[in-house]
Amino acid sequence: MILTTVLTLAAIGLLAGIGLGAAAKIFAVYIDPRVEQIEAVLPQYNCGACGYAGCSDYAKAVVEGENPNLCAPGGPVTNQQVSGIMGAEVVEQEKMVAFVLCAGNNTLATKKYIYNGVADCNSADLVGGGDKACSYGCLGLGSCVLACDFEAIVIEDGLARILPDMCTGCKACVPACPKNIIKMIPASRSVHVVCSSQDKGPVVRKICKVGCIGCKRCTKDIPNEEIFMVDTLAVVDYSKSLRSDAPAKVCPTDSIQVIETEFTESIITPEPVEQAAAQEERA
Amino acid sequence: MKAAFDFHGGIHPAYNKETTAGLPAEELPLQEKYIVPLSQSLGAAGNPVVERGTEVLKGQLLAEPGGFVSVPIHAPTSGKVSKIDNFPHPSGRMMTALEITADGEDRWIDGCGPLRDFENMKPDAIKKAIWDAGIVGMGGAAFPTHVKLSPPKEKPIDTLIINGAECEPYLTADHRIMVEHAEEVISGARLMAKVIGVERIIVGIERNKPDAIDKMLSLADGIEVEALHVVYPQGSEKQLIYALLGRSVPTGGLPMDVGVLVQNVGTAMAAYNACAFGYPLIERIITVTGSGIAQPKNLKVRVGTLVSDIVQYCGGLSRNTMKAVMGGPMMGIGQHTLDVPVMKGTSGMVFLTAGEVTLFRSDPCIRCAACVEACPMGLLPTVISSYSVNSMFDTAQEYHAMDCIECGCCSYSCPSHIPLVQNIRRAKAEILSKQKKAS
Repeated sequence: MILTTVLTLAAIGLLAGIGLGAAAKIFAVYIDPRVEQIEAVLPQYNCGACGYAGCSDYAKAVVEGENPNLCAPGGPVTNQQVSGIMGAEVVEQEKMVAFVLCAGNNTLATKKYIYNGVADCNSADLVGGGDKACSYGCLGLGSCVLACDFEAIVIEDGLARILPDMCTGCKACVPACPKNIIKMIPASRSVHVVCSSQDKGPVVRKICKVGCIGCKRCTKDIPNEEIFMVDTLAVVDYSKSLRSDAPAKVCPTDSIQVIETEFTESIITPEPVEQAAAQEERA
Repeated sequence: MKAAFDFHGGIHPAYNKETTAGLPAEELPLQEKYIVPLSQSLGAAGNPVVERGTEVLKGQLLAEPGGFVSVPIHAPTSGKVSKIDNFPHPSGRMMTALEITADGEDRWIDGCGPLRDFENMKPDAIKKAIWDAGIVGMGGAAFPTHVKLSPPKEKPIDTLIINGAECEPYLTADHRIMVEHAEEVISGARLMAKVIGVERIIVGIERNKPDAIDKMLSLADGIEVEALHVVYPQGSEKQLIYALLGRSVPTGGLPMDVGVLVQNVGTAMAAYNACAFGYPLIERIITVTGSGIAQPKNLKVRVGTLVSDIVQYCGGLSRNTMKAVMGGPMMGIGQHTLDVPVMKGTSGMVFLTAGEVTLFRSDPCIRCAACVEACPMGLLPTVISSYSVNSMFDTAQEYHAMDCIECGCCSYSCPSHIPLVQNIRRAKAEILSKQKKAS
């Protein structure tokens, strides 16, 4: 009795085994081993910064010919590894971080009304542009914080601040801001115009203590090409390296600030003689 | 009068109309300054045709329409254009406006004045007069009237509804217009009916205005006057059409899709003044009310009058005034400064005191469906709101977020005080910006 059972089961097992083995050979799908290799070196954040639906999708795309340098959170290290697997040339990349172009916190910027509604910047923006008197300023309700997968944004006194050491440069926060004041900048830059206001000087003065009033001292008193004026707003050209803290020193409203982090280049303080000479030259 | 249909949902807020319902509209004395915004209606803003320093006469053109869906803007009094700059706008933002410093003479420009033979005007001439006068819907939405009077040929209109429901709590401006200017309203309605070639005119009035109903009935020769149930939002176009005719405007459609045109009583009066006298729309009746204001009044004010001047005329604000709302308390816009001007679409100012304003505090949804019961559009406000909160705007659109009329019935009835309308408005804004990007 027992023997029959054992033999029957063994026979079924043998047949099933042969069947499965044959199916594995016949229906085999070729997967490029590089996909798995690339997936292994990608950080698995699935943040979407590369434009693909997650790391796995990007790995497939790279093997099919996509640019191997798109992983922002992984940074240069990951991109080198991916390029290595693909045998592509390694492109040197600068670390990019997000930066909030506003310094008007609850202490420095005035509010025009008590906002009493949904705690979300996009919702607040629908109510007359939000409660900040400045229509360009950070609303501080943290829509960017929600968008960030890396806990790289904190709200301090009604103002969003991005922590460069946590920021992977995935850009998720950029479209989340209804005021459009989060920009991607090279992490090595330390001199910033922390204002986005296109209002005229007297208006800015009335509503914010750290707003750019468009006095142009940073561009006229200190000849440089790194800062330029867009109407009444000084704007830093981040494609150029700006290492002098002179613009910050000359700014009357403190809207040009030197913010040093572990990634920033060293700051040079030009000698006053040079400034004087430059001024004389101009005169 | 036959029994009116009942639309689904709606609410019965405290109406608080008795304060001003019996007060005749007073004329606000001439002010020193007027701020006339270039953007006062839906559609494109006007393009100014005057410069800083230009001397203008009352009724003179200040800005040309910026397109077909746009209206001209006229000087509220004679004087000088003293500034063209950004001024606080009732929308809460800063917007371009003209500051007119009055010369005190209040001199009309030539061409406005004696009564004309308006009864024999051709339809096209009436429509042109209405556009030239800068008339917009005066119930609040401020949609250019001449656009509404230009329906496409394939959508024939058979009925003109004159909206005298005035369902917003507190407001009595339309009520006073019907009592004091009934002849003008009816003549204006006949003029507009002539433009679109319809015979049937119905005036819809809520039952809480018996004197207005009587007055309109006594003058309505061949015009139907219907008494409507007192329920908010009875004065909303789609609800009013259903209540009077039993016709439902299809989703995403306009009243013209069911052969109806709706105009506010104030718009009808403005149309009459434009055709009979050539007067541009520079004056309107508003209600200044609420427990925060010393002397509530109905006022005839120029477009461009600062709210601060009106408050001063009405005896000032009490110290515990917490909120100033332009328009009614249900759909009006809260103001952060009193330096905003009255616009063509401003129906009133409501000043609320501390006890009447509650601060936002919301609890989770308890699935009671009070908002679903209240929604006059038959939507599921709680569902749309949840999708909006979770940034699922496509799904919100599938649940017909775009059909929301933002009447506020859902937020009003929610026992958990969820800001449903704000969430749905967010969804609508996101859907619109996505559609804009796609096109």
